[in-house]
Amino acid sequence: MDAPHTGEGANIGKSVVIKGELSGSEDLYVDGNVEGKIELRNHRLTVGPNGNVKADVSAKSVVIQGKLEGTVNASERVELRKSAVVAGDVTTQRIAMEEGAFLKGKVDIQREAGKAAPAS
Amino acid sequence: MKFFRSSSNQDAVAAVPQKLTRRSSGMGEISRLLKSQEGLCVLDMGSTSASNIRFFTGRGHKNYSEDLLRSSLDPALRIQDSAGNAIVDSKKFLDENLVYTNSKFDVVLCWNLPDYMEESLVKPTIDRLWSVMKPGGYLLAFFHTRDAGPDSTCYRYHVTDTDMLEMQEVKFAAPGRPASDKQSPRLQRVFNNRHIETLFRDFASIKFFLARDAIREVLVVR
Repeated sequence: MDAPHTGEGANIGKSVVIKGELSGSEDLYVDGNVEGKIELRNHRLTVGPNGNVKADVSAKSVVIQGKLEGTVNASERVELRKSAVVAGDVTTQRIAMEEGAFLKGKVDIQREAGKAAPAS
Repeated sequence: MKFFRSSSNQDAVAAVPQKLTRRSSGMGEISRLLKSQEGLCVLDMGSTSASNIRFFTGRGHKNYSEDLLRSSLDPALRIQDSAGNAIVDSKKFLDENLVYTNSKFDVVLCWNLPDYMEESLVKPTIDRLWSVMKPGGYLLAFFHTRDAGPDSTCYRYHVTDTDMLEMQEVKFAAPGRPASDKQSPRLQRVFNNRHIETLFRDFASIKFFLARDAIREVLVVR
């Protein structure tokens, strides 16, 4: 099931191409092309089914339906949907993957102090 | 894997290939290593598996995923030799895959990769694995014990318990074919014991486990 874009937060449409550094204090939905760096410290990044991101990503949570090449650092959670193609290392507290998701890289689970944090 | 438990899409559920289970003596030995140490680096060379990531990271280890069989089917790797025969460019393959620092991994899960991978890639891949494994590291590979025919089912393996694996048929779209036209990779050859020993001759030791399902498990120590 794809995560629908709810309209909350910023939206980068599928015809948009951005090269450079993106940072923000709201959720971001990327269905276009982004190359560079994305930093959303306390917010969610969603890479839509048409999204093609070549960037190191840092956010509270990251949901990937499209392509992402780069390191992913999520302070809370990463979700790889069935159409996700990810090449890069993932560091997070929790990771969820749908059947069919493709990952080439390392998964490093950072535990909260005193808590186990398994993948689901 | 169940991700959205409330989903009512029965067609999608029915389309999930049947999964079988098998007990694995080799995985049992690796599990003992994983239990005795913390923070090990595990390289899983099968299709991306949430079960495997959960199994290894849940025990405090780092999981690296690299689906080499799928990568080896990249049409961009196909070249022609001087006689005009289509071959796979092993140099380019290793420039793009298994690119790690030397002596990085404590455990490598090859699964059935050597049986299904293009002939010209097998030895260079094993040589590269020797380089990226730590001395004393474990490598687990599965080999057919007899020729099951080129259309024998190719499985991916999900670790469900310390010595228990779930087997799921794997299918890929062949190079140049649409994504909807998926086929199981073809069994390329059957290695006998001598071939396997030659393949891993640079490693410190090799142990064979025979199973009832005509699969020979091989546990190799770097």
